[in-house]
Amino acid sequence: MARMKFLCDADRCIECNACVTACKNENEVPWGINRRRVVTINDGEPGERSVSMACMHCTDAPCQAVCPVDAFYTTADGVVLYSKDICIGCGYCFYACPFGAPQYPQVGNFGTRGKMDKCTYCAGGPEPDGSAAEYEKYGANRLAEGKLPLCAEMCSTKSLLAGDGEVIAEIYNERVAKRGYGSGAWGWKTAYRESTTS
Amino acid sequence: MRALVAKLRNVLSAFALVALTLSVYPSLAQQPNSVDPNASAVKEDQLLQRFKTIQGRGTIPDTKSYTIEQPAGRDWQHFHEVTLRVIGGAAIIGFLALLVIFYLARGMVRIESGRSGRTIVRFNAAERFVHWMTATCFVILALSGLNITFGRPLLLPLMSPEAFTAWSEWAKYAHNYLSFPFTLGVVVIFLMWLGGNIPNRVDVQWLKRGGGIVGHDHPPAERFNAGQKMIYWIVVLGGAAMAVSGYVLIFPFYGTSIGTMQDAEMVHGGLAMLFIAAMLGHIYIGTLGMEGAFEAMGSGTVDLNWAKEHHSLWLEEQGPSRRTGTPGPQPTVAAGE
Repeated sequence: MARMKFLCDADRCIECNACVTACKNENEVPWGINRRRVVTINDGEPGERSVSMACMHCTDAPCQAVCPVDAFYTTADGVVLYSKDICIGCGYCFYACPFGAPQYPQVGNFGTRGKMDKCTYCAGGPEPDGSAAEYEKYGANRLAEGKLPLCAEMCSTKSLLAGDGEVIAEIYNERVAKRGYGSGAWGWKTAYRESTTS
Repeated sequence: MRALVAKLRNVLSAFALVALTLSVYPSLAQQPNSVDPNASAVKEDQLLQRFKTIQGRGTIPDTKSYTIEQPAGRDWQHFHEVTLRVIGGAAIIGFLALLVIFYLARGMVRIESGRSGRTIVRFNAAERFVHWMTATCFVILALSGLNITFGRPLLLPLMSPEAFTAWSEWAKYAHNYLSFPFTLGVVVIFLMWLGGNIPNRVDVQWLKRGGGIVGHDHPPAERFNAGQKMIYWIVVLGGAAMAVSGYVLIFPFYGTSIGTMQDAEMVHGGLAMLFIAAMLGHIYIGTLGMEGAFEAMGSGTVDLNWAKEHHSLWLEEQGPSRRTGTPGPQPTVAAGE
């Protein structure tokens, strides 16, 4: 069975934000919510590095563990999904997430949070695959059609890879061997408790 | 003939040159000696070791998104899932068990001389109102808060996910809104009863004699004995800490970082467990634990004998106007005496 993961090759990311735009568009992500974002470290300085980050669909996902109402579930592919009907907007998944993936629309005064929204690996949610309800709540379900997440498909430099963990790790390792350098798969130790070579 | 040889030589040299050039490439693949353009760029491990989080600059207004990695989230999750439940279980169940054992062994502390039938005012209407408002809020806050920690393992298996979500949503709103009257109540309690709750020598003596909780001792006490003063300060200081950490949580990221939010949740949750255990003791002693105690806060008046046995110094200070009920022999100044 495939175990789906994301890998952002930080040596290739050029901060074009195609992944951000693709995700926003494909999933009709509401205003103010950003499932995927590109962050640049040492912006403008020598040694600038950009990384594209969204939900990493962790092994032993901490969001799933901490949720007081058990709104998350992990599919057989390793994709961490959740139910907006069950979510109560308590905000704990954001505190637990090492990558800041959960987002909440502001629905009330002060810090009142609405239902959580996050990257679904373009795999929808608990509603029937491809249904209107699923699209409205969770965005596109590309995985059910045998497609990969649009962010990785649209990446202009193929820095963002999505797919089975072993396959993309191998692609990345080959890349590193061929070009002679690589800063590693960012977030893999924290998310999957492994590096690309193990 | 010579031209042909010359041409051949040229072609051969060209081939040799090309072959030589091409032969460099296989060796390149085996020993990469290319330049790493990102040699001066930061590495993930380096950043995590130094800063514990990785943050940079993004292009969207939500500055929380600029942190791309905070592994401390997993540690916080472990605290909430494991540590807090152990603290809570131990504190609440443990203390409850102690109370049950104590009650079975000691029973209710009776009014030894029996009820006199005459009563004295102990708490006025305002005091009772503030107490009950704060107490009711506390109970609902406690239950709705405990739901966040224990709801999923204990309640969710008993009902459908939709029902549990509906209850949890209601509990979350109740928790957030009732925090305001609770905080107000704690502030008023602090101001209202501060004078009577300053520890003094009487308390030292009272504590030395164990408050008379076991046996038939009745150490003198003022309006509030040492046990009550402990509860007072637990409520005031604990309540203040709960309020502060709670408001940090209710106004997330209003000037606070994710580390602060995680700390606030740990303080709020951990203290809550201890607070609840302490209040269980308070509720016990005010209801089951002592005969004649509940009416102090219930109706506001207590039996004179109860007051004599448990708060003798306070009773001596009270004037005749505070007494209600059937008047008995009281010191009065009558004409001619």
